[in-house]
Amino acid sequence: MTLTIDGVSKQFNQTGKTPAIVLKDIDLTIPNGQFVSLLGPSGCGKSTLLSILAGLQKPTSGKIFLDDVRITTPSPDKGVVFQEAALFPWLNVLENVMFPLRKKMPKKQQTERAKHFLQMVQLGKFLEHYPHELSGGMQQRVSIARVLAMDPTLLLMDEPFGALDEQTRIILQQEVEKIWLDTKKTVLFVTHSIREAITLSDRILVMGARPGTIIKDFSVDLARPRKKADMAPLEETIMDLLKTEIAKVMREELSHASND
Amino acid sequence: MQVTIKRIIFFLLLIAIWQGIVLMEIWPQSMIPSPFSVFHTLYLGFADLTLVYDLLASFRHLFIGLAISICIGTAVGILLATVKTADETLGTMILALQSVPSIVWVPLAIIWFGFGETAIIFVVVIGGTFVMTMNIRTGVQNVAPIFLDAGKTMGSKGVDLFIKIVLPASVPYAVTGVRLAWAFSWRALMAAELLSTGPGLGFTLSYASDFNNMSLVIGIIIIIGAIGSIMDQLVFQRMEQKVLTRWGLQKT
Ligand SMILES: Nc1ncnc2c1ncn2[C@@H]1O[C@H](COP(=O)(O)OP(=O)(O)O)[C@@H](O)[C@H]1O
Ligand SMILES: [Mg+2]
Repeated sequence: MTLTIDGVSKQFNQTGKTPAIVLKDIDLTIPNGQFVSLLGPSGCGKSTLLSILAGLQKPTSGKIFLDDVRITTPSPDKGVVFQEAALFPWLNVLENVMFPLRKKMPKKQQTERAKHFLQMVQLGKFLEHYPHELSGGMQQRVSIARVLAMDPTLLLMDEPFGALDEQTRIILQQEVEKIWLDTKKTVLFVTHSIREAITLSDRILVMGARPGTIIKDFSVDLARPRKKADMAPLEETIMDLLKTEIAKVMREELSHASND
Repeated sequence: MQVTIKRIIFFLLLIAIWQGIVLMEIWPQSMIPSPFSVFHTLYLGFADLTLVYDLLASFRHLFIGLAISICIGTAVGILLATVKTADETLGTMILALQSVPSIVWVPLAIIWFGFGETAIIFVVVIGGTFVMTMNIRTGVQNVAPIFLDAGKTMGSKGVDLFIKIVLPASVPYAVTGVRLAWAFSWRALMAAELLSTGPGLGFTLSYASDFNNMSLVIGIIIIIGAIGSIMDQLVFQRMEQKVLTRWGLQKT
């Protein structure tokens, strides 16, 4: 399946203020099975775009299609991994992963499938634990198992490792890469780590702010697993691009502040 | 453990001071009976089962009333949280009623239901319902948006979303609601029983007062206080603690 984003704009109308244009005319096609990362200064609209793709928010204008089907509401063919694990605290690990399967198959099959994906993320021994008993990294693993169990065709991840320490982050990156190589899902992955983006992606989109647009589209043709030395040139290029973009945002913020 | 010892010493000291005052004979025993006389009266009451019957009667009123107020509170709370017009009208009224002390309802209950148990249960229900309602309302309205988003992206919506996510997510508020409803009901119960024709702890308290049985008056006050704090600390606070921890709202 192909994800097509066709002229998507989003503006928030705030009472008593001029409307904030967060996304402007985003056009994008993501072919089946591609791993795409989205980089950009904080506040440029990455989460907003993801949430529109998930069907959780409506674009002000523009359309989104999965193949020929227009996306307007959330549905299980689009899985989301949030920055916080978003597990349900009243369910244990196994029940959390079974949640998206509830209406799809008999109980026994649900349990087996949930266990399978929990083993995949190394949590086969924690089925009966409750989310509050797990570390942040383990919680995020559960939420990855949960979304994989649902078997969406499109996987949307919003800074899934943003709240984790470096060590855990690297381990989970490797796991995600392995899972992606096995399942070949289409992934849109928001991150603020350039290194993470280059490590994982086939393609990197860099967004600019005010209004949020895609200013650069890199394809990453490096052999996997990726080596530091190979990644360095691209890392530098993107770093420079982002620096300019962040400087622009800060300049604008300062001039706004002095105008007020 | 430390705390328990401190408390025991504190209460022993209190009883010693009390005994000291009695020994000084400033007031007659009919006004300040000795600790021994109070505990003896309590002992006799439990031995001949009269206090046991009173306790059972009081708990019956309390649990029937509390159960009804939890049911009504939950239903109305959900209504207020989901229907804006209901919240703007009925919600405002409940907020106002919440500030009316429950003893105020006793005369009304007596006129409607006479002096019997129905009147008592009515007052207990009134006592617990409003606070339960407001807690459920707040709980349902304050479900973390991330839970709703997560649920929606996993194919849950409408009634299913409400039952599987909104309700369990608001359990911490419901538990606090039950704890407060119990506390309010307990106070309302005593107010109502004082004016009733029995049986019940409150009735026996007013009866003891009418017959100048000061030992029994103080004994029952001690029982009422003890039950109140035991239920609150051993039952409700523990339950609340457990739920808050599980729901990740509090670190152990
Ligand atoms: N509901 C909303 N109402 C008003 N402004 C919003 C709303 N949601 C997001 N924004 C604004 O949109 C911009 C983009 O937010 P977001 O998509 O979260 O950025 P990012 O994920 O790239 O950091 C921010 O400036 C934010 O303040
Ligand atoms: Mg974001």
